[in-house]
Amino acid sequence: MDFPDDLQYTRDHEWCRVQGKRATVGITDHAQDALGDIVYLELPAVGDEVKKGEAFGVVESTKAVSDLFAPVSGKVVEVNSPLADAPEAINEDPYEEGWMIQIEMSDPKELSDLLAKAAYQKFVEEDAE
Amino acid sequence: MANPTGWKPSMEKESGSGGTAGDVGAGGATRGLAYEEPLVFEHAASERVGASLPAVTGKVDPAKEIPAALLRGEIEGMPSLAELDVVRHFTRLSTWNHGIDTGFYPLGSCTMKYNPKSSEAAARLPGFAAAHPLLPDEMCQGSLELMFKLERALSEISGFAATTISPAAGAHGELTGVMMIRAYHLARGNARKKVLIPDTAHGTNPATAALNGYRTVEVKSGPDGRLHPEAVKAAMDEEVAAIMITNPNTLGVFESDIAAIAEIVHAKGGLVYGDGANLNALLGVARPGDMGFDVMQFNLHKTFATPHGGGGPGSGPVAVKASLVPFLPLPLVVQEGPAYRLVTDPKERPQSIGRLREFHGNMGMFVRAWALIRELGPEGLRRCAELAVLNANYVRARLRDVYHLPYETDSLHEVVFTDKLQKGADISTMDVAKRLIDHGFHPPTVYFPLVVSGALMIEPTETEAKETLDAFVAGMRAIAEQARSDPDGLHAAPQKPVRARLDEVRAARKPVLRWTPGMKVE
Repeated sequence: MDFPDDLQYTRDHEWCRVQGKRATVGITDHAQDALGDIVYLELPAVGDEVKKGEAFGVVESTKAVSDLFAPVSGKVVEVNSPLADAPEAINEDPYEEGWMIQIEMSDPKELSDLLAKAAYQKFVEEDAE
Repeated sequence: MANPTGWKPSMEKESGSGGTAGDVGAGGATRGLAYEEPLVFEHAASERVGASLPAVTGKVDPAKEIPAALLRGEIEGMPSLAELDVVRHFTRLSTWNHGIDTGFYPLGSCTMKYNPKSSEAAARLPGFAAAHPLLPDEMCQGSLELMFKLERALSEISGFAATTISPAAGAHGELTGVMMIRAYHLARGNARKKVLIPDTAHGTNPATAALNGYRTVEVKSGPDGRLHPEAVKAAMDEEVAAIMITNPNTLGVFESDIAAIAEIVHAKGGLVYGDGANLNALLGVARPGDMGFDVMQFNLHKTFATPHGGGGPGSGPVAVKASLVPFLPLPLVVQEGPAYRLVTDPKERPQSIGRLREFHGNMGMFVRAWALIRELGPEGLRRCAELAVLNANYVRARLRDVYHLPYETDSLHEVVFTDKLQKGADISTMDVAKRLIDHGFHPPTVYFPLVVSGALMIEPTETEAKETLDAFVAGMRAIAEQARSDPDGLHAAPQKPVRARLDEVRAARKPVLRWTPGMKVE
């Protein structure tokens, strides 16, 4: 299972890459593995407001449908729209090709609730017990 | 016993010599003559027709009788077939199917019960089946009497004051129930904002709450698979309109703290909604109305053995406590002396949430359910629950050494296993489910409930004999063994159906939903 060092993670298995006031968001390697083959994706539109901990979209695999939860609050400034037609990219490359949205953070202090790599890895291992 | 000609039926297991003739699944699945059948559009164009219209006489030109705007030109690829072609087409397709009349169908959470033929016969009585829905009351007293008695019986079985039988199916019943909850709160001046839903709920529960304008709040179940009063207490406030609970829940576990939970919710003015999808486990043993539920929907197509799925329609009556009776939807049947009357005028029920279904509801299902209730009687209904629970626990006891049981808590009418013990061999729940088809069983519910990773949810129901359960157990154990000895064989399963393993991922990612002339489908 691959969890890059430069990302921050949520307990709902999203990752977040922060550059200045912008946070790029996707789901983790663990999440894509647990979901299995992803077949459908629903993302917000540019300009939508998202709120930390609340659903911003939906991901569907052959096993289940899951909500996607925003790691931080703010405004959606970019959406990886090609992903809707090729959701397999989330399975193949969850951290690069499989990014979902970019949020302009309204409160960067919220980042302090996210987990660093080691803590997330531990969380995933405990969850598997 | 010996046959002088030496002929032996080929299905006898010992006759299998080479080939696949001897490959008989645990459920008796073997080969049979199966027809390939193209789409109806792909049948070679013929001049045959299935209708014989009278010849046009006189000077009438049909094309001129119909306004030009309504005339359609040539339809490319329109099939032209005789009646026999069409009958064979659909009959052949039907032989590819698996139903409860063909074999075991242990679909957890869906209660795929056998539909007794006595109920079917009653529903086909012309007095019921041919009654026009616009008949005046005095000309359909029998139908109204049956509706009235079914309503009374359902209320008594579940422990509620009254029931509306008009909702069309389970989710429609949920919608009706939460609409009544909203109307109840509105009548007290505040509709409230939230609905609490445990993480073991059916997916329809949050959808129902959202459709009624409520925000859903998830409540986590405990390590024993049960909902705990402390968790409800922490989430409960005066913004909460209701909690929606399935009991037994989707893990097949009885919510033993239900009375305490109901008390917590009631103390803050909230109501307790019961999803009756799993009522089969409680029939004649315990009554949801006595546990603190205020509203509950039935699924007649689950608990009362009316057809489920394609054989439907369903029927989703909703029972309520006395405080919610004024809000019941119309129509309702009332008894007045020796006669029955359909109440349709909202003036008689000013607080009613109105009409949710045209005419009377799914009448054919009322007849089937009533026939079953009368056929079984109170003792028989109780036997249903007892045998359903016994059957599920028998399967649990016979499989728990080869499949992982995520919750030690006692099971009621269904049991949830996982693929944890098979994962080492790279065998998933989906592989187990697919291989069961080769054995002649419908797969159980998979990957639900969502709180269990790789769930396999088995609900045998009460009608299955021990021999059937033993055959299913043998099949499941053979699959567990095959996971070790021949994992590739499991990945390729099923092999015996007309269509082998389908590429579900491609089907979902690149679905072909519409036939067009000349198209090539791989």
